[in-house]
Amino acid sequence: MLKPNSSKRQAAKGLPLKAKWRRDWQMVLLMIPGVLFLLVFFYLPVLGNVVAFQDFQPYLGIMHSEWNGLQNFVNLYDNPDFWDALRNTLLLAGVQLLLFFPVPIGLALIVDSLVSNRIRRWFQTIAYLPHFLSWVLVVTLFQQSLGGAGFVNNLLRQAGLDPIPFMTNPDTFPLLVVAQLIWKDAGWAMIIFLAALTTVDVSLYEAAAADGAGRWRRMWHITLPSLRTVIVLLLILRIGDILSVGFEQFILQRDSVGPGAAEVLDTFTYYAGVVGGDWSSGAAAGLAKGVVGALLLWGANSLAHRLGEPGIFQRRS
Amino acid sequence: MRPVWKENPSPAYQAVKALILGGFALVIVVPILVVVSTSLASDQDIIDAGGYVLWPSHPTLKAYETLFSGGLMGRAIMVSVFVTVVGTAIALAVTIALAYATSRPVLFGRPVLLMVLFTLLFAPGIIPMFLVVKQLGLLDSLWSLILPGALGAFNFVVLRTFFMNVPGELLESARIDGASDFTILRQIIMPLSKAVIAVVGLFYAVGFWNAFFNALLYLNDTSKWPVQVILRTYVLQGKSLSADQLGVEPLPQPQSLQMAVVVVALVPIALVYPFLQRHFTKGVITGAVKG
Repeated sequence: MLKPNSSKRQAAKGLPLKAKWRRDWQMVLLMIPGVLFLLVFFYLPVLGNVVAFQDFQPYLGIMHSEWNGLQNFVNLYDNPDFWDALRNTLLLAGVQLLLFFPVPIGLALIVDSLVSNRIRRWFQTIAYLPHFLSWVLVVTLFQQSLGGAGFVNNLLRQAGLDPIPFMTNPDTFPLLVVAQLIWKDAGWAMIIFLAALTTVDVSLYEAAAADGAGRWRRMWHITLPSLRTVIVLLLILRIGDILSVGFEQFILQRDSVGPGAAEVLDTFTYYAGVVGGDWSSGAAAGLAKGVVGALLLWGANSLAHRLGEPGIFQRRS
Repeated sequence: MRPVWKENPSPAYQAVKALILGGFALVIVVPILVVVSTSLASDQDIIDAGGYVLWPSHPTLKAYETLFSGGLMGRAIMVSVFVTVVGTAIALAVTIALAYATSRPVLFGRPVLLMVLFTLLFAPGIIPMFLVVKQLGLLDSLWSLILPGALGAFNFVVLRTFFMNVPGELLESARIDGASDFTILRQIIMPLSKAVIAVVGLFYAVGFWNAFFNALLYLNDTSKWPVQVILRTYVLQGKSLSADQLGVEPLPQPQSLQMAVVVVALVPIALVYPFLQRHFTKGVITGAVKG
């Protein structure tokens, strides 16, 4: 591949600042809008997390509210609702990891084994589509299909059977949530595995076939090992994201299933802070979640490095 | 073309594969089909079928005429279209400029790049975000849906990776001919990366069109609600749309009206999707694998 950097810019490393400015001022100008957006809508809110250490009163504002140290975190620790939300979050994340994660891999393996390109294209077109639908739409489609008055239960009633409360049963809620996630994103998540499969050296398959390896042995010894890096990468990302199980999905269904099953850390933050007016507790829960999430991501990534996988942040040597 | 080692699958394998892939595809297609059919069905169709119609025998656009005749839903569509069009334009401009500027070794390029990548690691949280939007006076303004979404780190990475692979010699010769960085971006980089820009644009547009939570959070004023919030309130939560809100009488079957709302939320995506689908894999892979 061609060297990406322009030779003039590369050669001029040791230039004084003034010369660099004369050369690059247009580029710096191009950066300004983006940097402004980042400052206002990312870094300023990150700093705004100080309200987690305050007894924040909206009419006083951040500057005049009183500091109360770690009191909000102590309150969280004593709040059973917070622990329920945390437990639900971890439970749902665990179920998602266990039941969702293998599905795209399996789909990719099947699609990759298809001989007909036409069928493959058709399936991919259909499977990618739901990723682009909003959660409101997905939940609505589920409700219209599986809800109490939905068409599946309509059919059950017409057949003289009892309707099944798919959408409102708190006990089966984790399964419903995973089903929705699979419906919406399993096809899309398949893309990256399919892409990884196209990079596999075909001569490996030929050699294995010549040595008498059947389809299963080839899958086990060639296909799956070549997916390893991608699988590890996605697992890391998933672990870093384990405390965000999906916000809209839960806020949309919290009313019909009840907070006992559908309250997760994000919805807790929203209901405590924005709806309940306890800004500081909400911010404390949100901050705790953000920090733990970042630590998990970093931890999982260094674990991957130790196992000899590239992970997400390549370590520069 | 089939590689020599790929033997023809046995009928049993073929059947299992067809069952899995066909089943998955049907589960995706059928609910969408039922919703679209029901929105097009006549009142009599719906009553005969007992609620849902798989294929309307007397298709009618009455439900859509009612929705588009103005009032609540008409306004919501205007809001969603405005937010999507303006939001995507702003987001693309900001992201393209930043991605190009950081794709070459330039002054401040490195720290700015790290600034963007850090946003991938940590989310500021709902409450501080709300406070910032409130402080800026954006509550109850449509800008609260547009501005916070104007720079997506993933989209930035996709574009930047693509720009980095444009050969430096090309830019160098343009520079020798006297082109400024602005000209290079407009006349060389952007025409070369039309496909990637289209995909990133689609990602942004879908994000703005689908925005639900931000609207719930920042907009109290019902007249500013986008389509997604209407969908939640009047279909998911089942509040009925009154003739008063829609400004027409008499109303068609509530069922077909509700399904028409669903279809309105769905259609723009279904329309753009086929044109961009072939570029997806490339866009996603540049972003995910190299980022």
